[in-house]
Amino acid sequence: MSKAARDIPPSYERVPIPLQMISYVLLFLGAAIMLLPFVWMVSTACKPPQELTHIPVTFIPENQVCRANLDGLYDRVPLFNRYLLNSALTTAGRTLGQLVTCSLAAYGFARFKFPGRNILFALCLALLMVPLQAFIIQEFILINDLGWRDTFYALIVPGTFSAFALFLLRQAFLQIPIELEEAAMIDGANPLQILIYITLPLSVPALAAFGVITVQAAWNDFLWPLIVSYSPETRVLPVGLSFLIGQRNTPFNLLMMGSFLGTLPMLILFILLQRYFIEGISMSGVKR
Amino acid sequence: MVTPSPLSSYQAMSSLLNLFGKTPLTRRRALWGLLLIAPNTIGLFLFFGWPILQSFRISFYEWNAFNTPRFVDIENFQRLYDDPMFRKALTNTLKLVGFVVPLEMGLSLSLALLLNQRLRGRILFRTIYFLPVVTSTVAASIVWTFVFQRRYGLMAAALEPFGYGDLNWLVDPDLVLFPIVVVTVWQRIGFDMVLFLAGLQNVPRVLHEAAMIDGANRWQRFRHVTLPMLSPTTFLILTLATISSFQIFDQVYIMTSRTIRGGVGGSARTLSLYLYESGFGQSSDYGYASAIAFILFMIILGITVLQLIAQRRWVYYETESG
Repeated sequence: MSKAARDIPPSYERVPIPLQMISYVLLFLGAAIMLLPFVWMVSTACKPPQELTHIPVTFIPENQVCRANLDGLYDRVPLFNRYLLNSALTTAGRTLGQLVTCSLAAYGFARFKFPGRNILFALCLALLMVPLQAFIIQEFILINDLGWRDTFYALIVPGTFSAFALFLLRQAFLQIPIELEEAAMIDGANPLQILIYITLPLSVPALAAFGVITVQAAWNDFLWPLIVSYSPETRVLPVGLSFLIGQRNTPFNLLMMGSFLGTLPMLILFILLQRYFIEGISMSGVKR
Repeated sequence: MVTPSPLSSYQAMSSLLNLFGKTPLTRRRALWGLLLIAPNTIGLFLFFGWPILQSFRISFYEWNAFNTPRFVDIENFQRLYDDPMFRKALTNTLKLVGFVVPLEMGLSLSLALLLNQRLRGRILFRTIYFLPVVTSTVAASIVWTFVFQRRYGLMAAALEPFGYGDLNWLVDPDLVLFPIVVVTVWQRIGFDMVLFLAGLQNVPRVLHEAAMIDGANRWQRFRHVTLPMLSPTTFLILTLATISSFQIFDQVYIMTSRTIRGGVGGSARTLSLYLYESGFGQSSDYGYASAIAFILFMIILGITVLQLIAQRRWVYYETESG
């Protein structure tokens, strides 16, 4: 699986030249359409206000004012760095939390027999079928009752448990030869030591796939933070951006600058760790 | 009254222990297993399982941020039935699903088929098509809001030569769903394409070879080999795409936030947005919002079950004989 995901072996047969031509044209056209919004975002982020209403539309600004727009964004949203930091903290907290709770649980479900194992696992998987919207009201009430409204606990704690990661990591752990773990057991290692020193190091590709998908989902999460965060101090980036566009007089060049800054970390992460993104998705087929 | 003798309570204890295994070692392993799964399982129950169960209950209560919950039977659902805003939200959501799902699947399958050929630059194209998937929906929606800006947006510039440069995409009730469809499809194509590609790689070559020997042309091979072999993937994507289209929220929230959230006259309001507005808007009507959530959940559950049933009838799995 992993190799297939990495370099997409093409179908074996030769493609006749005319068909090749058509394919390239279509692929380029598609790529242009997919990329256009990004180009438009960057170009607008560097335009002065008077060029926003230029007709015809220009892709390369006549006066490039990237720096001025950046300053303009920070003038308008002095807490923008705070939003970035909040997003980073939330993302890190959720991902590390899931790494701990879900790798423990996945190991437990994969390698240990205990009463009720199958039922518990089935119940965990059933949670995957229920979208957040279906219980978001009650989730909010629970957070409110815990006194966690407008705190980082609300942003992070519910996100540190995951049925999806449990499923993904259990699959990965099951593929490790059990003999390795048994050898360590004979040497007197306890289950935690085996997990930390044998199983996890052998599952690095799966962990990476889990990591990028979780990071991406946490960074881009919007609905939940929108509901539980009230003060600017707990705003994550997507919520901050939504406030920015909600102020109707925010000019689009500043909005594009903000969107660009918010998108950049994930784009870089994706370009660097592309194969893990692709693998994670091919592996699971479940993300959204 | 019979007090249990020490012996019988010992027997009860030991039969309970036997559940965990017959030897000390298996018992210890069982205990370890339970310990390992405890944090995540308890967390999942507390933050997901319990709220899910509670949600069904409060949809039968009248409850907002200010009063104490009062059981009102199915009153919330009766209100929903008579609520024109709810109907509008339901139709809008159905329209979005109807447009997004076929577009998304058709385009991503076409791209996957193109990329599954022996061509140069496949990885680069795949990267480009996948970029929108990792972008935050909020940021993407902001960019597309500007693309669909009246007169000064990219779309206006593209349509100007045809005389449609002055369309007010995000305000006109007849047009407003279109930008939402576009941003959603744009963001999901790459995800589906990767799944389709993985599915295409699993089509055994021998089948293509056999079909070629039988004189089948490209179209015939696609229709009679690729498509049936791909059906498990297609069904998976169909399910995922439909379910997530029923939950569209971010795009609508952002793209209509400069004018009227939910569009003029609710023309862009989806079920999720209406749920959000009812539960967290000024009314904070938890009971009513939970009733909307219940309906949304039933729809999604229905689709899942329906597609599972359909899958049994139409999907071809390699393990089957034939």
